[in-house]
Amino acid sequence: MGALITSTARVEGPAPEAVIARDIIKRAAYVTPAFLLVAGLIWGMNGAFSAAYGLAIVVSNFALAAALLTWSANISAGLMMGAALFGYLIRLALIFTAIWLVRDAAWVVMLPLGLTIIIAHLGLLFWEMKFISASLAFPALKPSAVSKESSAQ
Amino acid sequence: MSILAQATEVVVDKATAQAIAGATNAGMAYGLAAIGPGIGIGYLVGQSVQAMARQPEAAGMVRTTMFLGIAFTEALALIGFVVFILLKFV
Repeated sequence: MGALITSTARVEGPAPEAVIARDIIKRAAYVTPAFLLVAGLIWGMNGAFSAAYGLAIVVSNFALAAALLTWSANISAGLMMGAALFGYLIRLALIFTAIWLVRDAAWVVMLPLGLTIIIAHLGLLFWEMKFISASLAFPALKPSAVSKESSAQ
Repeated sequence: MSILAQATEVVVDKATAQAIAGATNAGMAYGLAAIGPGIGIGYLVGQSVQAMARQPEAAGMVRTTMFLGIAFTEALALIGFVVFILLKFV
């Protein structure tokens, strides 16, 4: 009975996934020039295009994951579990399709595309995790609207 | 055994055999790499929902760490996927 209540209950409270995804997208915008520059220097113009495509895939993946979890958590915890698992499969399939569609395109170089996906995904995650760990460990240091207002005065 | 090997040589040339082996290995790499993260995400989300049910006031923190955990676990599948595309297309 307890399990039934657990799985059908709506997850209350604000959705941190959306905030994290927005944060990651913002950080991705900061590092995009660096990725394009490195890929462009090593693999040329096509490498830069491939790196940009890889970054777009990573960012879309985060955004889609956050959107799915936020939407499903508003309905029920059970649906959130389903959305997390099937979302994982769906997102892998979407990434596969996104690469399959452009595999023969003239501007695609697979090595920078693949490397960008891995490095950007892990790099952005570690960057965000560092920020979140600091916020959780030292909540007083977490930037908030109140502290911004007080510092502006 | 040698007759079988000779028959295989006659039917499938070296390039085709390499292509078949490459595709099989790439598919295996992708498929096997997706199993572990699937189990991991299932376990992670299940435990997170349990934690949220036990302590609803900590739901925000649990969801934050859950989302990061899912993304980290998914990185394993992405690495397998990149190995797949490099084996298949490069």
